[in-house]
Amino acid sequence: MIQTRGLTKVFEVSKTQTVHAVRGIDLDIAPGELVAVLGPNGAGKTTTMRMLTTLVRPTAGTAVVAGVDVVRDPATVRRHIGYVGQGNGAGHTQRGVDELFSQGLIYGLDRPSARRRAHELVDALDLSAHATRKVSELSGGQRRRLDVALGLVHAPQLLFLDEPSTGLDPQNRANLWDHILRLRAEHEMTIMLTTHYLDEADTMAERVVVVDHGQVIADDTADGLKRTLAGDRVVLTTTGSAAVVAGLLAHVPGARDVVVDGARVEARVADAGTAVPELVIAASRAGAPLLEALAVRPTLDDVFLALTGRSLRDEQASSSSDEIEGRDAA
Amino acid sequence: MSTLTLETPVRAVPTSSRRPWFSDVWLVMTRELRPVVREPFSVVFGLIQPLVFLALFGPLLAGSTDLPSADVWQWFVPAILVMTTLFGTSITGSNLQTDMQTGAHERLLVTPLSRSSQLVGRSLKEIVPLVAQALVVIVVMLPFGFRADPVGAVVGLAMLAVLGVGLGSLSYALAIAVRKQEWMFWAVQQTVLFPLLILSGMLLPIESGPQWMKVASAFDPLRWVVEAERALFAGDLTVSAVAWGWVAAVLTAVVGLVVGVRTLLRSAD
Repeated sequence: MIQTRGLTKVFEVSKTQTVHAVRGIDLDIAPGELVAVLGPNGAGKTTTMRMLTTLVRPTAGTAVVAGVDVVRDPATVRRHIGYVGQGNGAGHTQRGVDELFSQGLIYGLDRPSARRRAHELVDALDLSAHATRKVSELSGGQRRRLDVALGLVHAPQLLFLDEPSTGLDPQNRANLWDHILRLRAEHEMTIMLTTHYLDEADTMAERVVVVDHGQVIADDTADGLKRTLAGDRVVLTTTGSAAVVAGLLAHVPGARDVVVDGARVEARVADAGTAVPELVIAASRAGAPLLEALAVRPTLDDVFLALTGRSLRDEQASSSSDEIEGRDAA
Repeated sequence: MSTLTLETPVRAVPTSSRRPWFSDVWLVMTRELRPVVREPFSVVFGLIQPLVFLALFGPLLAGSTDLPSADVWQWFVPAILVMTTLFGTSITGSNLQTDMQTGAHERLLVTPLSRSSQLVGRSLKEIVPLVAQALVVIVVMLPFGFRADPVGAVVGLAMLAVLGVGLGSLSYALAIAVRKQEWMFWAVQQTVLFPLLILSGMLLPIESGPQWMKVASAFDPLRWVVEAERALFAGDLTVSAVAWGWVAAVLTAVVGLVVGVRTLLRSAD
């Protein structure tokens, strides 16, 4: 469905300054996949998506989207894809249902079909009560659902979502995802989304592509990434000898990086969930009963930390300006 | 919430057949007009400016000459219609600025609509309320002795539509070009607007000005359109002024569209 080779974008900010937003990305996405592109702000996620959706011309490399080259025939690519950008796609002076109708016509539906489709989408995305209100009067969550409805107006085989839930509260995010996943199941859609929400990539996507400094630095399932790059941890606190507990830990499959800190013993293990009950029994038998035993699953943040030495959470707090620059340049 | 099944034929998108360009223009224009249809009162506000000029500037103009007032209106009303077109279309770029901020413009860029149809359709959308306003101005001025030749009026409005597409496209081009410094839009628009307005001889005859102004006004396309409109409304359909008016209007449209589409395409890099 998507195939890129050496996809590259260089923005010329001024005569002397260039920004290498994307540096040679190779990406293959098969039909039906749901892939999250994860990375800090300014990593090149949005620029990559804008190249795939024909909004930005690549500086080098190739991208074939829905079987069509994005540089050679952007018009055909546009007919096949749905796109939900970071902004609000509906005109602010339009009524929601009017905008859905107009865009249905734009995608080639006849008038009765466009009208029917507009109403189906309004129902599907829980917008019935607001469909005849002006877009500027809708709440953020309602507007975002309308954006998704617009992206689906022609039932595309491939949907791009650029940070679909940014700015929504947790309840609205969950709600939006319910809608997206249901529509996806019905339409056998391929979905590529960018996000900097770790939990979103973790729970929604079947495959996570981690991008940093314009390059793909990891590509696997969320579980696969965690297993290979971060791994489970157990944290044990004992009333007896920490050294004894540390000794027991060393026999657990996959154990490494054992750290003793007073009564606390910590280590990486292959599977924390099965290790903990065994350790509780073993420690008790060895005369060093446990006061507390935690099985810690890795997060994608641990993955990112392992990959780059930086925490994704820190990045979010500090560098929200980069992405804005990237958008402007685009 | 209903159980969700989209029953409309799925993937109804024609994969190869290209829609004619005019259909794209029509779709863009009707989409843009939909909010106007929903709130027809918004068109009425656009009437205030030309009527203010007619009510406040008209009497001053009539008082400054010995001509009968009907002659003054015959000279002034066609110019006011050109002015309405100028004001109405030159600010259209600010609508695009809003759409660029919100994401609505980007949204249309990923649809199958051709790039140029998006500019032309948006510019034509400004013409529809303008024609409505022009008709109101004409009707309001009839009791004051203004006479509009029916054929001339229709041809005159058509010429304004062509001019308006050009001015509107230039306004959109400006909005795209200065998208990183939005305040620049109004700075440039105002700086260009008033010289064009005054040099066109809309408000006061340029013949009474110094020689350099007469020379400068020859480069103002609006001057030729204003003279053509005066001739058309008076019923002089075959004078050379009308031909020059068309040349100026068509040139403005061509330049506007070329600049507009180029700016739009280049903004994708």
